[in-house]
Amino acid sequence: MFRRSDQDRRPSLQIFVDGVTVEAREGDTVSAALLASGRDVRRETAVSGAPRLPYCMMGVCFDCLVTIDGVGNRQGCLVPVAAGMQIEIQKGKREIGR
Amino acid sequence: MNAAPQRDAYDVVVIGAGPAGLAATATASAAGLSTLLLDENPGPGGQVWRAIASTPVTARDQLGADYWAGAELVGEVRSSKAEIIHRATVWSLDRHLEIGISIGGASAFVKARRVILATGALERPFPIPGWTLPGVMTAGAAQTMLKSSALVPDSRTVISGQGPLLWLLAAQILRLGGRIDRILDTTERKNYLAALPHAFAFVTSAYFTKGLAMMREVKAKVEVTTGVTELAAAGEGRLASVSYVAGNHRETIPADLLLLHQGVVPNVNLAMAAGVEHRWDNLQLCWSPALDGNGGTSVEGIAIAGDGAGISGANAAVVRGRIAARGAVEALAPAAAAKLSPMAALHADLAKAERGRAFLDTLFRPARQFRIPAGDTIVCRCEEVTARDIVDAVAIGATGPNQLKAYRRTGMGPCQGRLCGLTVTELMAEARGKTPQEIGYYRLRAPVKPITLAELAAMPKTDDDVKAVVRG
Repeated sequence: MFRRSDQDRRPSLQIFVDGVTVEAREGDTVSAALLASGRDVRRETAVSGAPRLPYCMMGVCFDCLVTIDGVGNRQGCLVPVAAGMQIEIQKGKREIGR
Repeated sequence: MNAAPQRDAYDVVVIGAGPAGLAATATASAAGLSTLLLDENPGPGGQVWRAIASTPVTARDQLGADYWAGAELVGEVRSSKAEIIHRATVWSLDRHLEIGISIGGASAFVKARRVILATGALERPFPIPGWTLPGVMTAGAAQTMLKSSALVPDSRTVISGQGPLLWLLAAQILRLGGRIDRILDTTERKNYLAALPHAFAFVTSAYFTKGLAMMREVKAKVEVTTGVTELAAAGEGRLASVSYVAGNHRETIPADLLLLHQGVVPNVNLAMAAGVEHRWDNLQLCWSPALDGNGGTSVEGIAIAGDGAGISGANAAVVRGRIAARGAVEALAPAAAAKLSPMAALHADLAKAERGRAFLDTLFRPARQFRIPAGDTIVCRCEEVTARDIVDAVAIGATGPNQLKAYRRTGMGPCQGRLCGLTVTELMAEARGKTPQEIGYYRLRAPVKPITLAELAAMPKTDDDVKAVVRG
């Protein structure tokens, strides 16, 4: 859906999405990096399992919820990426203890 | 920039680092007040100047002069003595001006003598059939990605709705080489007539020439369909097409990305949770705080500046930030107020910045069908509650948004009503034949953003705190 503009000269870094290496740029939020990756990063809702992608990208809709470094239900649109970050796409409800 | 606050108490705590919050911080700090600026984002700018200190969009003309205008104020705040904390989530504010903040997974409380809320706006809910499908986003979302990560749409893209931001976004996407297949303009034809009495103020305002030039720039490159009604998104598991009616014809166009925009409304959650009185605004069709001339609210010590005080745009937000901060300085350090711009001058600036607003509010007043959905259209995205569910709940006795929670859990998901609250109020008002003011809004409480129980439990406790909950 999205591509990076050629003028973007930010250094790249690697994150892991469900164990797969994905290239992001320094300063991306987790959600921006996921949407830019071209991968299927749809989560499934806790209520019905319906697929969703981020909607607002500014911290109000909570459709970007994602597990980051083992912590569930983080707002991916508010968290900047860091090298080596482990992202898991949430399928359904958050698991207890995560 | 994201360490814990250095002190337990401040003269002024400003929440939100957009135009209003930055201006308030600069003013309070210049008057010598100890000032803390808290912001949820990685850098200053809020939404309108998002990522102004870090954007990879280096070709300056692409984002436009109004965007780069924020750089000066950011510089002013950064060279001031104010303490600035980014990635700080304020989850609580009470009548005693105690503020709960989550930073890097740990929470702290700070006290303020004055609080200036500059939590800005969010995009109005735009509940159409299929608006929860992957591939449907807000225009603001696309603009956020464009500004902070230089990302542009590159597949079949439709933009729909109305308002100045829609045209600005379209222009920016095109300038960065992104793709837009169609713009579906939902502005009601009758609004043009209604807005006419306000036209003189508008054509003599700063908005006019800029807005006209931008629309011309976009229309030269993208097909624009006007008078769009009955907008709907469809697809299996993701967006595949957008359908609409224009000129009595239904049309369906294939699309991978639909960007929706129906104007912006105040982000009321923190202010309401603090007990600030709000009223229904019949022109802007949203809740706005009841304020005195200097942004003071019904809660002693809390002022609101910027679009959270009622939508007025970035230029007005800057002035309202300075007014609210001057109010705090007059109360806490009257002698220092002499150094600042006089209140009368600030109010004159505000009147100038607000010129043309009534025209925009009237012209871009969203149509009933885009605010009050029916049938299977989802209203509450978090709990997946439809318009029919809500009307049915009213039929068996739900009287208002708070009762509706017990029937359908609307507003009880993680977004805490941000994406459904206005729709629920208007839908219930219509179903019950009452005004939105009579129907009211969700009762909001801290924490206004989710934090973990572990984070709460790890906060320092006094003996009294423990006694309050431990038996014996």
